[in-house]
Amino acid sequence: MKRLKPTVLTGDKPRHYRFENACETFHTATDGREEPVTALLELHDVHKSFDAVRALRGVSLELNAGEVHALAGENGAGKSTVVRIIGGEHQPDAGELVLDGVPRRFTGPRDAQQHGIAVIHQEPAQFPDLTVAENVFMGRQPLRSGRRIDRAAMRRRTAELLDSLGVPIDPDRVTRGLSIADQQIIEIAKALAAQARIIVMDEPTAALSTVEAQRLFGVARRLAEGGAALLFISHRLEELAELCERVTVLRDGALVTTAPMAELDRDALVRSMVGRAVEVLYPDRAGEPGEAALVVEGLTRTGVFHDVSFEVRRGEVVGLAGLVGSGRSEVARAIFGVDGRDRGVVLVGGRPLRAGDPRAAIAAGLAMVPEDRREQGLILDLSIERNATLPRLGAVSRWGLMSRARERAVAGEWTKRLGVRLRGLADPVATLSGGNQQKVVLGKWLATKPDVLIVDEPTRGIDVGAKVEVHALLADLAAQGIAVLMISSELSEVLGMADRVLVMHEGRIAAELSRGEATEEAVMQAATGGAA
Amino acid sequence: MTATASREARKAAFAGRELGIVIALAAVVVAAAVVRPSFVSGQGLHDLFLNASIIGLLAIGQTLLVITRNIDLSVGSVMGLTAFLSGQIFLQNQGTPVIVVLLAGIGMGALCGAVNGALVAVAKVPALVVTLGTLYVFRGIDYAWASATDVQQVNAYQMSPDFLSFGSGAVLGVPNLTLITLAVLAVAAYGLHNYRSGRELYAIGSNPDAARLAGIPTGRRVLSAFVISGALTGLGGVLHAAYFGTINASVGTGEELSVVAAVVVGGVAIFGGSGTVVGAALGALLLTTVTSALPILGVPAFWQRAVDGAALLVAISLDRAVMVRLAARLRAERAVRRE
Repeated sequence: MKRLKPTVLTGDKPRHYRFENACETFHTATDGREEPVTALLELHDVHKSFDAVRALRGVSLELNAGEVHALAGENGAGKSTVVRIIGGEHQPDAGELVLDGVPRRFTGPRDAQQHGIAVIHQEPAQFPDLTVAENVFMGRQPLRSGRRIDRAAMRRRTAELLDSLGVPIDPDRVTRGLSIADQQIIEIAKALAAQARIIVMDEPTAALSTVEAQRLFGVARRLAEGGAALLFISHRLEELAELCERVTVLRDGALVTTAPMAELDRDALVRSMVGRAVEVLYPDRAGEPGEAALVVEGLTRTGVFHDVSFEVRRGEVVGLAGLVGSGRSEVARAIFGVDGRDRGVVLVGGRPLRAGDPRAAIAAGLAMVPEDRREQGLILDLSIERNATLPRLGAVSRWGLMSRARERAVAGEWTKRLGVRLRGLADPVATLSGGNQQKVVLGKWLATKPDVLIVDEPTRGIDVGAKVEVHALLADLAAQGIAVLMISSELSEVLGMADRVLVMHEGRIAAELSRGEATEEAVMQAATGGAA
Repeated sequence: MTATASREARKAAFAGRELGIVIALAAVVVAAAVVRPSFVSGQGLHDLFLNASIIGLLAIGQTLLVITRNIDLSVGSVMGLTAFLSGQIFLQNQGTPVIVVLLAGIGMGALCGAVNGALVAVAKVPALVVTLGTLYVFRGIDYAWASATDVQQVNAYQMSPDFLSFGSGAVLGVPNLTLITLAVLAVAAYGLHNYRSGRELYAIGSNPDAARLAGIPTGRRVLSAFVISGALTGLGGVLHAAYFGTINASVGTGEELSVVAAVVVGGVAIFGGSGTVVGAALGALLLTTVTSALPILGVPAFWQRAVDGAALLVAISLDRAVMVRLAARLRAERAVRRE
C-alpha cells in the first residue's frame, strides 16, 4: 500500500499516481486479505521552508477515514506547519498533498474548507464582536429566500450543535470574554457545521481541564465513528495513547516514524520525539540557593489571579507551570509592571516595587523575556545590534546621542557569549532562526545585569539543539546567582530545569512542589484542579 | 435564563448608543426651539434633514469601510471631483438628462473608490496612507481640470432646470435628497444585517486573520466596500451640485473629517467590527443639527468646528468608558465562576 517513491509534482506524474492508487485500492479490496483502508488525505514527502528556516524536510502522512491519528513532536518539530499545509494556509515547496487519491494544491483556507477540511487552531481565531452563532456559521450561514441569512435557523442549529457537544453557550452572546475552553468548543461546532470530513485539532486540550478534555475526546471519537479522519496534536502523551490509533512522529521537520499507537510505549515515543534520552537534555544543576531575590505576597488582579505568593532565591530556578490561561503569564506581567495589580506586594532584593512601572522594575534589577518574542520581545525589522541594546540605550549613548561603535561592541559581546549564529550584526533580526532570535532577546535583557530573570516559554518554537543551549544558559545564569522564574507549558522542561515547581490552576497557586515531589503526574493533577 | 439576560443586555447596549444620539439630538432641538420656535417649524425640520442628507450619504459609505478596519479620507476630494464633473457635463450640453449626470457621478465616484480599494486590498498599503495620498491627488486633478478648461465656477443658470428642481424638490414635504439618503440607508442597513457579504465586513474588521482563515475573500470584500463608498460619495457630489447650483473646484474640502466624525459619533468602532449605518446616519444628523443650532443659541460661528470636535471626543470617551466597564464586568464574571 505504501508508495515509496516520493516525487516532486511535475506535469504528468499526478495521473500516474492516481492510476496506481486506484489499482492498489481495488486490489486490496477484492483480495480481502486486508481491510480496505481508504486514506482520505495523504502527504507525500512534503518540504517547506520559511526564509532560512527549513520547517519541513520530507514529511509523509496518511489520514484514514474513521481513525484518530496522532501527530507528535517537540515544539518546533514542524507540527504546526503540517497543520497549515493541510488547512491550505501554506503550500508545500515540494512534495504533494493527495485528497481522495487526487493530488491537490489548495489556493487558500477556503479551498481547503470546501474540500471538507477543518482546522481547529491552538489559539481559537474568533470574531470577538460577533455572536456565537455568527462565529460558528461565518461564511456558510443558512440562507432563506433571496439569499438572505436565516438567522432563526442559524441560532437554532448553533444551539443544537453546542448541546450535542454538551456545552450550552448562548448563541446570541458575543464571543468577547469567553474562556478559551468555550472558544475551543465553538471552533469544534464550526467544524461540525461545515460537515468536515478531515478535522485537524492543534493542541485543543492545552487549555482544558480534565473534564473538558474528556468531553472533547468523546466528541472526537464520535466524529471518527461517523467516518471522519482526525489529526490530533497534543503535548500530553497519555492523551495520544488514550485517543489515537496511529501516531506520526516528527523531529526537526523530518519524519521519524509512523506506527500504531499500541506499538510505541511512552519511552519509545519520547525517544523518537527527542532523538535521545530525555535526561541528557537538561544540564546538571548543583549549588545552594542564596537569599530571596524576588518575593511576591498576596498578589491579586481581580478576575485574573488571586492571592499569589512565592519567593525565588538567588541561584534558584523556579518553574511556574499550569495550563494555558491559568494566569501564569499574567502574574509575570503584573510582577514586571506591564499590567497593574489590585492587591499584594512585590519585593525585589527586599525593597518593594512600585506597581505598573516596568522602568522601575528594570532599575530594581528585574528582567523579563516575554512569551511571544516576535510580538513582544523583538522588533523584527530592526538590526540584531539595535535589538540587543534597546533596553539600555543609556549605556551606549553619550550626551543623549547613541554611539554606533559602542552599540556594536556591546551587541557583539553578548551575541558571542550566547553563541548566536548570525551573518552580520546589522542584519534584521527577522533573518535569524527562532532559537537564535530567542538568544538575542535573552542577551538584550542579560545586558541589563539583572538579579531576577523572568522567562516566559523560553524555548517555544525553537529547535532541539537551540533548546539545549538555552537550558544550559539558564542553568549557567542561576549558577552565577541570578534568580530565575521560568514559565513553561512543557512539562519536561519544568521538571528538568526547576529546583521548585509552582503550579497554577485558575488564577491560584494550586501546589508548590520540590524537585523531588515534582513528577509529571503531580504537576498535571494540580494544574487540572485534581487533588494534589 | 442567563441566555435571555445577556440577549437583553446586548439589545440594550445597541439601543443605548442610538438612543443616546436621539436624546442628544432632542436636547439640541429643544434648546434651539425655545430660543427660536421656527427651528422646529415644517421648514425648519425640512432644512435640518436636508443639511444632513449629503453628509449622511457619505457617512453610510464610510461606515462600510470603518467596519472593516479601513477608512477613506479622500471622500471630500471625490465629492468635489464628481460635483465638478456634473458642472462640466452641463457646460457641454445643458440639456443632459438628470439620470445621465447621476450615473456619471456615481461611476466617477466608484472609479475613485476602486483606485483606493485596489491600493489597499491588492497592494496592501494601509488605507489611512492611501486615502491621505488620494485626497491630494483627486483634489489636484480637480484643480488641474478646472484650470485646463478655464472653468472657475459653474453657476445655476448654466445647468439644466430639471437638475436644479430635482435638487431642491420634495415629495410630501420630504426633500428629494433626504429620500435618496433614507433609501440608501435602508438598503445598506438591511444588506449589512441579512447578507453573508454584509456580515463578512464585520468579520474582517473584528479579526482580519480569523476572517482569512474562515475563507472570507477579504481583499475582494474590502475592494467592494471602497467601490460602494466611492459610488455613494460620487452620488453625494452630484446631489451637492443639484442642491447648491454653484460649483467650483474646491467643493467638499475638509468634508472627510465631518464624515469620519459623524461615523464615530454614531457609534461605529474606529478599529472595526461593530457599529451600524443607522447610528452613523444619526451621527451625521446630530452634528449638522448642532451646527444649525449654535448660531441660534448665541454661539459664534467660529466655535462650530470646536463643538464638532468636542462631540467626537465625548463620543469616543463614552465608548472607552463602556468598554472598560464591560471588560471589568467580564473579568468579575469569570472570577465569580471560579469561586
